[in-house]
Amino acid sequence: MNSLMDQLLVLVMLLNFLGLGTSRMQVAIRTVAFQGVILGLLPGLAHTFSWHLGMITLGIILAKGVLIPWLLFRAMRRVEIREAVEPFLSYSATLLLAAVATALAFVFAAKLPLAPQHQGLLFVPAAIATIITGFLVLTTRKKAITQVIGYLILENGIFIFGLLLSQAMPVMVEAGVLLDLIVGIFVMGIIINQISREFSSIDTSRLTALREER
Amino acid sequence: MIYLALLLLPLAGALISWFTGSNLRRPRLLPLFGAAHFILTLLAFMGGPKPVLSGWLALDPLGMVALLTISTLYLGCAVYAAGYLPSRRRRSNRVLCLGMLVCLSAMSLVTMAHHLGLLWVAMESTTLSMAPLIYFNRNARSIEATWKYLLICSVGIALALLGLFFLAYATLVAGAETTLLLEPLIAGARRLSPAWLNAAFIFLLVGFGTKMGLAPLHTWKPDAYGEAPGLVGALLSGGLVNCALLGIIRVYQICMAAGDVRFYQQTMIGMGLLSMAFAALFMLRQTDFKRMLAYSSVEHVGLLAVALGVGRGALFAALFHLFNNGLTKGVLFLTSGNIHRSYGTKNAEQVRGVLQRLPFTGGLFLAGFFAITGSPPFSPFLSEFGIISGTFGGGHPLVAALMLLFLAIIFMGMASTILPMMMGSAPRESGTVVGYRDRFFTVAPPLALMVVILVLGIWLPEPLRRLLADGARLLEVAP
Repeated sequence: MNSLMDQLLVLVMLLNFLGLGTSRMQVAIRTVAFQGVILGLLPGLAHTFSWHLGMITLGIILAKGVLIPWLLFRAMRRVEIREAVEPFLSYSATLLLAAVATALAFVFAAKLPLAPQHQGLLFVPAAIATIITGFLVLTTRKKAITQVIGYLILENGIFIFGLLLSQAMPVMVEAGVLLDLIVGIFVMGIIINQISREFSSIDTSRLTALREER
Repeated sequence: MIYLALLLLPLAGALISWFTGSNLRRPRLLPLFGAAHFILTLLAFMGGPKPVLSGWLALDPLGMVALLTISTLYLGCAVYAAGYLPSRRRRSNRVLCLGMLVCLSAMSLVTMAHHLGLLWVAMESTTLSMAPLIYFNRNARSIEATWKYLLICSVGIALALLGLFFLAYATLVAGAETTLLLEPLIAGARRLSPAWLNAAFIFLLVGFGTKMGLAPLHTWKPDAYGEAPGLVGALLSGGLVNCALLGIIRVYQICMAAGDVRFYQQTMIGMGLLSMAFAALFMLRQTDFKRMLAYSSVEHVGLLAVALGVGRGALFAALFHLFNNGLTKGVLFLTSGNIHRSYGTKNAEQVRGVLQRLPFTGGLFLAGFFAITGSPPFSPFLSEFGIISGTFGGGHPLVAALMLLFLAIIFMGMASTILPMMMGSAPRESGTVVGYRDRFFTVAPPLALMVVILVLGIWLPEPLRRLLADGARLLEVAP
C-alpha cells in the first residue's frame, strides 16, 4: 500500500507544478480539483475500511472534486474572465522557485524529528512543497480567482499533513473544516463577482485605493 | 442545555430574520435575540455550568470572560442596529442581520469550545460570517477592504490549522494518544515534543494573530475597520478580536504547562511591542478617524500580548483589559458611525463641531477617547495601569518604559485628531445626508456601555473580580 500512496503523493507534487505553470484558468481549477480528489482517496488507502472512513472519503471528494470547482467555474463564467492567469512574476521564475522549494522540502523533512513510523514517508515533504506552492500562487498572481486557487493549494498542503493524524480530528470536526472551506469559497466567489462589477476586471493589483495618505 | 441554548438561539434568529420580508421590521429581531443571549450568558455566569459532551464544550473562567464581553457588546450593537438600519432603509439589510446572528452563534462556540479543532471551525465561521457585513456599503472601497480581509484572514486561519496539526503531532511523537482536547493537552504538556510544540506555537500565533491584528500581520485591519459601518467595526474590534485572543490564550495555556516558557513569553512581548510601535507610528497625523480607531485596536491587542508575555502579575489586568477594551471600542465605533452618517465623511479634517451638532455622540466619543487612552476614572485606566505595573514588577523595566512611551505618543496622536473634530462650529449641511441627529436608539447603546466602563472603574463587583482572578490563575505557569 505504501508504494501506491507514495506514487499518489508524487502525483500531487507534480500537479503543483501544473497548477503553477499553466496560463489557462480552467486548467488551474481542474488541477486543484484533481489534487483534492487524490487527497480524498489517501485516507482510504492508509486505513482499513469503515463506514466512518467511507463518509470522510466521499465528503472530501464531493467537496474538493465537485462542489468547489463548480463554484469556481461559476464565478469565472459570471465575470467572463479572459483566459490568461496574468502573473506578477513570470511563469518560468515561479516554476524555478517551486522546484527549489520542493527540493528543499525533502531536505528539510529528513531533518524533522518525526515519529518513527513516519520516517521516510513522502507525506511531510509533499505537504511542505504543496504549502509553499500555494503561497507562490497567492503572492505572484494578480487575479482574484487565481488567488483563491492558491489558497486551495495551500489548504491541500495542510490537509496532507493532517493525514498523519487520523484520530486527532474526529468526523464532526473534519466535516466542519470542509463546510467552512466550501462556505469560504462560496463567499469568495460572490466577492469576486462584485469586484468585477465594480472595477470591470478582477485584477487585484487595481485594489489600491485603501492606504495611508502621507 | 445552556450551551445548546447559547448556540442555537442566535441561529434560530438568523433563520427568522432571513425569512422576514420587511426591511424595516427585520432589524428589530436583533435586539430581541441579543437580549435573550445576554440573559442566557448571565445565567451561565451565575450557574457555572459543568462541561458536557465529554469535555468538548465547557465554560471555564477564561471562556466566560470572553463570552460576557461579547454578549454585552453584542447587545449594545444590536440595539444600535435597530436604530441605525432604518436610517438606511433603501439598502437591504437581510444579509447583514443574518451575518450578525450567525456570527453571534459562532463567537459563542469559540468561547465554549475545548476541543481545539472545534475552536478552529468556529473561528473560521466568525471570519466568514463577518465578510458580508464589511461589504454593507457596496462601493469600490468596501469591496477592496472585504477582499483583503477575507483572503488574509482565511490564509491566516489556514496556517493556524497547520499549527493545530503540529500540536497534535507533538502528542504523537511523545507517544501519547493524539488528541486536540484542551484538558488532556494541558495535563500532558510536559511530555510534548518541544520542537513540535514550538512550531505549533509559532503557526498558531501567526494564524490567530492575523485575525487579531498583531503587527506585522495587521495590514487588513485599518481597511476593514475603516470601510465597515460603525456597528460592524464595533463587533470586529470587540468580538472577533477577543475570539482570536481566546484562541491564543488556549495555546498559551498549553505552552505555560509545558515547562520551559521563556521562548513563548519573549515572542509574545516582542510582537506586542511591535504592534504598539506600529500603532503609535500610524496614529500620528492620522486623518481618517475610523482608521485611527483601527490602529487603536492594533495598539490594544499589542498591550494584551505583552501582558500575556509578562505572565504572573499582569494576567488579572490582562483579562480585565480584554473586557474593558471590548466595551470601550464599542462606544468609540458606534459613536464614530453616528459622526460618519451625519457628516458624510470620515476625514477628520472635514469634521468640525461635533459637540454642537451631535452633543451626546460627541460627548460619548470624547469620553471613549479618554477611556481608551487610559485616563481615570474609567476602567481601562485600572487595567492598563495593572498591566504596566505588572510589567515593571515582572522584571521587564525596559518593556514597561517603552509601553509608556508608546501610550504617550498614541494619546497625543489621538488627541490631535479628535479634539479639533469636537470643537468649533459645524459646517452647513449639504450632500446626501441631511438632518442626521442624535436619537435614542443610536445614543443609548454607547451610553450604556460607557456607564458600565465608568462603574467598573470605580467599583469592581465581587463575582466579576473572582471570575477574573480564577481566569488569571488558569494562565499561570505550572509550578
